[in-house]
Amino acid sequence: MMLVATLALARRALRGLLRRPQFVAPLVLFPTVFLAVNVGGLSRTTDLPGFPHVNGFLDFQLSAGITQSLLLGGVSAGIAVALEIEMGFFDRLAAAPIPRVSMILGRIAAASVIAIFQALYFVVLGLIFGAQIEGGILGLLIVLVIASLAGTGFAAMGVMLALLAKNASTVQGIFPLVFVILFVSSAFFPRALLEEPARTIARFNPLSYISDGMRDPIISSISWGTVLEGIAAALGLVIVFVGLSVVALRGRLRDA
Amino acid sequence: MRDSWLTIRALTARAMNEVLRVPGAAIPGILAPTIFMLGLSSVFGEAARLPGFTADDFRTYIVPVGLLQGAAFAGAATGVNMARDIERGWFDRLLLAPQPRGAVLAGLVSSAAFRSLLPGTFLVVVALILGVHLPSFLGIVLTVVLVMGLAAVMACWGSVVALRFRTQQASPLIQILGFIAVLFTTAYAPFALLTPWLRAIAHINPVTYVLEGIRQGFVGDVTWADTWPALLAVIGLLALLGAWAVRSMRRFGT
Repeated sequence: MMLVATLALARRALRGLLRRPQFVAPLVLFPTVFLAVNVGGLSRTTDLPGFPHVNGFLDFQLSAGITQSLLLGGVSAGIAVALEIEMGFFDRLAAAPIPRVSMILGRIAAASVIAIFQALYFVVLGLIFGAQIEGGILGLLIVLVIASLAGTGFAAMGVMLALLAKNASTVQGIFPLVFVILFVSSAFFPRALLEEPARTIARFNPLSYISDGMRDPIISSISWGTVLEGIAAALGLVIVFVGLSVVALRGRLRDA
Repeated sequence: MRDSWLTIRALTARAMNEVLRVPGAAIPGILAPTIFMLGLSSVFGEAARLPGFTADDFRTYIVPVGLLQGAAFAGAATGVNMARDIERGWFDRLLLAPQPRGAVLAGLVSSAAFRSLLPGTFLVVVALILGVHLPSFLGIVLTVVLVMGLAAVMACWGSVVALRFRTQQASPLIQILGFIAVLFTTAYAPFALLTPWLRAIAHINPVTYVLEGIRQGFVGDVTWADTWPALLAVIGLLALLGAWAVRSMRRFGT
């Protein structure tokens, strides 16, 4: 029963997004803009001492673009849930004879599917503009696996925030803070070249490991240690935030 | 005329009240530019060591970018709030009131211009604490004018999108223009260090001149040569997007 309800709600979420592509586009558009600006403005930084050997700054920045896009996907999932709460759909869903956990699992499952397409978009974009996937097909699969897991975790985080905030504008307001988490990671620049305290914080930021895990197969042959760290970090986010969103759902239903 | 002025004042006051009454929605927008400035300088600070960089440190170079981002966020927030008011029916009631639609629009745009001073002030205070050089009095006045001007421009854009889509889900569409406009400039590096395609875009992007108009006071002296293009760019953008917003407002609900 739970699986059927979850899949039905995931399909509903996906259909809702596909029907209004103007709302999906920003998930990749913002990070694409950021990617373009970073590459256009700072490509000469690969000359700095300590920068790892890469084919180009675009290759290095691709995983940052994917991570950023996945984070926005999480915020978007949160906004969608907050709007459902505001408009009363969530309460009607709660009255339906379905397992209540599926109310949020459907949205999260949809985000994990979208995450694969978000990652594919950036890989294709990178290849068009001259990037190379050094890890080949296996490397690409690794990128997609980590992206899907991370997208799931970020969506769960967005859903949790929506259940706590209960209004879309507050969840929307979290959008700029997405960048904070990303800035204090090694997503955009090598950890060794970050300034303090960002360098120290980046060591403990799971986004560093997720970005590095996706970056490794792009810029070099596969280093399993880095890849497994990326998978573990993404999986950790899934476990923590799905758990917290279930707790937040129970709180929301108790208050309703 | 007096009624229009009262409408503008009331809507501006309402937007400022929101900052205090819904802090959960307002605070991130106030903090974001400072976070952006701190984040960018932490991540890309080493870029200032590249030959040809025109500032001693990356933080000073990036502060004006944060100021314009604050303006863009404030303008976008106005559009998002308008979309929310449309969704909830409050906007329809506002339009039923006996005042010109132009005054309603002017009130919303004016509120964005004033709200942009909140993230800007916070950013400058933090930057000063971190050792960034304070511009001269003329530089500060110019900065305030240009920041408020760009916020008004973005509020016009936000209004156009909100009136067209009538839903908060259009928020990213509202925000993306400000993002692109501020970043496809000399935001991260001087013209000489940009890749050729970005250099070409930055040259034709009017916001580049607004950015350089603000930046001149932070990295050196204020000169007329850097000031007039900035003022012209803001006035031109305001005329263009203002006219579009007025047109959208007139057509709304007809």
